[in-house]
Amino acid sequence: MSVLIAKRLVAFVLTLLATSLVVFTVMRVLPGDPAAIILGTGAREDTLLALRQQMGLDRSFVAQYLAWTGGVLIGDFGTSYTYAVPVSQLVAERLSVSLPLAVFAILLSTAIAIPCGVVAASRRGRAGDLGISAAAQLGVAVPNFWLAMLLVLVFAVGMGIFPAGGFPGWEAGLRPSLKALVLPSVALALPQAAILTRVTRSAVLETLGEDHVRTARAKGLTRRAALWRHAVPNALIPVVTILGLQFSFLLAGTIVIENVFYLPGIGRLLFQAIAQRDLIVVQSLVVLIAAAVVVVNFLVDLAYLAIDPRLRTGSGDVD
Amino acid sequence: MTLIFRIAAILAALPFLAAPALAAKDTLTMGMTLEPPHLDPTATAAAATDEVVYANVFEGLTRIDAAGAVQPALAASWDVTEDGTVYTFHLREGVSFHDGTQFDAEDVVFSFERAMAEGSVNAQKQIFEPIEAVEALDPRTVKVTLRRPTGSFLFDLGWGDAVIVAPESADANRSAPVGTGPFRFERRVAGDRVELTRFEDYWGEAPALARATFKFIPDSAAAAAALLAGDIDAFANLPAPELVPQFEADPRFTVEIGVTEGETILAMNNAREPFSNLKVRQAISHALNRDAIIQADFDYGTPIGSHFSPVHPAYVDLTGTYPHDVEKAKALLREAGYAEGFEATLKLPPPNYARRAGEIIQQQLAQVGITVEIVPVEWAQWLEQVFKGADYDMTVIAHTEPMDIGIYARDDYYFGYDSAEFDGVMEELSAEADEGRRHELMAEAQRILAEDAVNGFLYQLPKIGVWNAAVEGLWRNTPIQANDLTEVRWRE
Repeated sequence: MSVLIAKRLVAFVLTLLATSLVVFTVMRVLPGDPAAIILGTGAREDTLLALRQQMGLDRSFVAQYLAWTGGVLIGDFGTSYTYAVPVSQLVAERLSVSLPLAVFAILLSTAIAIPCGVVAASRRGRAGDLGISAAAQLGVAVPNFWLAMLLVLVFAVGMGIFPAGGFPGWEAGLRPSLKALVLPSVALALPQAAILTRVTRSAVLETLGEDHVRTARAKGLTRRAALWRHAVPNALIPVVTILGLQFSFLLAGTIVIENVFYLPGIGRLLFQAIAQRDLIVVQSLVVLIAAAVVVVNFLVDLAYLAIDPRLRTGSGDVD
Repeated sequence: MTLIFRIAAILAALPFLAAPALAAKDTLTMGMTLEPPHLDPTATAAAATDEVVYANVFEGLTRIDAAGAVQPALAASWDVTEDGTVYTFHLREGVSFHDGTQFDAEDVVFSFERAMAEGSVNAQKQIFEPIEAVEALDPRTVKVTLRRPTGSFLFDLGWGDAVIVAPESADANRSAPVGTGPFRFERRVAGDRVELTRFEDYWGEAPALARATFKFIPDSAAAAAALLAGDIDAFANLPAPELVPQFEADPRFTVEIGVTEGETILAMNNAREPFSNLKVRQAISHALNRDAIIQADFDYGTPIGSHFSPVHPAYVDLTGTYPHDVEKAKALLREAGYAEGFEATLKLPPPNYARRAGEIIQQQLAQVGITVEIVPVEWAQWLEQVFKGADYDMTVIAHTEPMDIGIYARDDYYFGYDSAEFDGVMEELSAEADEGRRHELMAEAQRILAEDAVNGFLYQLPKIGVWNAAVEGLWRNTPIQANDLTEVRWRE
């Protein structure tokens, strides 16, 4: 266990270092001057110079990189060029939207996918399986932005139950904020659920055919008990792997959904920051997202250990 | 279960049903496409900042009204010396900033000196360039001495970049703007909205609205849905002309098609072969079919024949200078020595109008033998390569600053245009104070640009305003980048 954690820590640090170097270089190589974007086409050369100086862009690349990473090490991510507020504050505000959104979407998609996948596997080839598989196929094929627009048309424009988009902010109250996140969560969750359903179904099918399940049946367990006690737990490894990937994706990859619902989240912030050449925000976000991915992967590894005792060193063989 | 769902649905729908029944609503939620990066109009070129705070939160000595005319604002009146170099502004009495500090001549001196200072990051620093000295003669009087007469000085002072700020609050204006306007800043939810409330100690007439919210919706389909769902009451400039018929057919909405200050042009690199050849530029102008280009942008633009706003009183219609004529264009190319045509690139920035026009232009130029390769670029790349580096053949762009014909007189501007005649007219114009003569000079300037076919002059970008039919007082045109809410009210 401690070896695993030590290995992970080293990988964590190396990943962040590599990410920071790559993103820093890429953002510097991209054409575009942040000062020119802020000051537009009417600006005079001396004004541009003054702003570049204020933002520290007149220093050498090495000095800029060291200043930035040095700041990050002591928790100072710098100040956004465009928004003129500390990056940490900006990211915290946006995370307060993106994190709940990602969590809701993942909970919803898991709540739908695992029962559906297990049911489909246990009724392989029968009506229930065909129905669920067809729905999952459709869910994989439907792009989430299209689903989002459909949801807005029905539930916001048509029925007026939910707002068409936007986020009132948590300080405006729990109810309106949660309400604003319902449609985006659903739009994110359904396509994810479709993928997860298919993974669950095939994983359960695979374990259902394995010896230990047959043994379980042979020793007198009911079909149902064999399914839930022996087949499903063993099928969870691929499911958890996909869940981990999906969570990382949801945290960072919600640009489209956040645009359709004009939610002030991390995805939209990153998108705008790249277009605006808000270098410092892009760098910090990419490093943070990389960190999140590494952490989630680590949690997934821990989940493997919890799910599968065989992976725990020191414990004996099971079954 | 169904019953519970229905009750929940009805309860949830109540606020939406109840809203129209209330008489004399005094709040307004306005949608905008772009979010302001911050809220200090004296430190950014972002139009979105002005569109939230101009005339609402901040005021200058003068202001630009809905018709584009200069009106007194914090300066109640002014005197100008005969030679046009000394302006004496008489400031309004009883004006206070939103934080309670009193407005006086020292604030004007501070604001101007801040903008003129060496490390200033004012995006329109050239407004202050003619100023030699600013002094407070007494708390109610400011004297501004200019290096030379500047005809547009009072207009320029009406820009958002020249608003008056207080020394006590100026540094915090980016996040918590403090001005003298009829609305005070309430709060901002970054990425979502800015809220303003009526400032009770406002020196002028109190606005009808008690609260105003600007909500930022980047996606045009989402903006349309928000209007239809009643989440927002107005959208100042809907970037989706294709959705206009839907709103025009809906009695709940008013659609106002106005014009912006955005001259949409096919800019050509006059410093580069073959565009340095007048005949080639004339040929391109003849090859362009403006009507088809405007139709591609859903027919809401106003054709222009030079770099000038068609709503300005000095506008001259020069759209007939080089009428669409393929044969004439081919003949001119032959005369210029390009009988076989030539190849060129067309760099297109992200806005829809540019991408749509670019494709049509490619086809139109192909008809006269010019092979155009389209190169889509990001906004940051456009600024770097085209605007700053002048590394381009042609580009499509809307120049959205008001009264910006003077850019053609700038040295090293990306058009690469250099005309002593034009520079002379602009010089005379900047020194001229007489309105009649100024208009003559502006007309002359327009004519020179049209005849020189400096760029392909296409159309004035429309402003597509969509709002609740009960809302009145919003601007039809945008003579300056602003969403002035001072006159906005709900019809009873």
